[in-house]
Amino acid sequence: MVTRVLTVSLLAGLLAGLVIAALQHVTTTPLILKAERYESALAAPPAPHAALTGGARIILAHSGTDHAAGAEHDEWKPADGLQRLLFTSATTIGTAIGFAALLLAGMIAAGDAIDPRRALIWGACGFLAFGLAPGMGLAPELPGAASAALQERQIWWLGTAAATGTGLFLFLRHEAPWLKLLAVALILLPHLVGAPHAPTPESKVPAELAAHFTSLSLGIQAALWLATAFAVGTLWPRMDRRMAAA
Amino acid sequence: MNTVSVSIPQSSVSERVKAVAAALVIGLALVYTTGFAASTSVHNAAHDTRHGLAFPCH
Repeated sequence: MVTRVLTVSLLAGLLAGLVIAALQHVTTTPLILKAERYESALAAPPAPHAALTGGARIILAHSGTDHAAGAEHDEWKPADGLQRLLFTSATTIGTAIGFAALLLAGMIAAGDAIDPRRALIWGACGFLAFGLAPGMGLAPELPGAASAALQERQIWWLGTAAATGTGLFLFLRHEAPWLKLLAVALILLPHLVGAPHAPTPESKVPAELAAHFTSLSLGIQAALWLATAFAVGTLWPRMDRRMAAA
Repeated sequence: MNTVSVSIPQSSVSERVKAVAAALVIGLALVYTTGFAASTSVHNAAHDTRHGLAFPCH
């Protein structure tokens, strides 16, 4: 059974990941590249002024995020173009394999029969837990947006995903009213605690571009969950039959 | 009303536990690496995917 889990995760993740990587290439990635142009266009001009006037130096010293971004550029990163596309696609496929494995873990632990319809319901819940609920607190951002410390955001994100996932499972799988109430409380809890935000928003990217990116990236994550779930639900019974025949 | 249907009859409980554990470890490790790992090289390689799939980034 372990072999079947690994094979189906790999195949389903590969198939769904490839499709979504192609989608990303024509949807979210062009917006990220555009945002980076805004970021560098606005980050570049102050430099000569800083050299000329003492006052401008304060602005440079103040913009800590630019320094962080500058430090990052010294490290290795994929070259723009084909290399960047390949790394992005590989990472998306890796994420899809991870989502497929998590989906199988949940369905097998719950004792569900694995078919496309049930897998799609799990996939939709996966998107609610990993995409929509964390996204309501921490809206998906383009590069250059102001935000709170990364670690605080990651912890809130993971906590929200865990609370939402557990809440959805309790609500859908149990009849007792107090458990359903507990489920709703669990789903609301992270939002009552509140996501960490930057003290002052200072995005260099136009709001229209950022808003477009936010809805687009949530849609892409939804597509990744659903495509992965459909592939898992379709491949699992086939593997079953093949193994029975062998 | 707790009618949980047992729908994977052929596989033993221990086999299911092993399968769930393997799937969980692989799933969490992969999603952590692609979406959360702090290493700068991993971050840079995964950058566009992290933004594009709404993971917290930067």
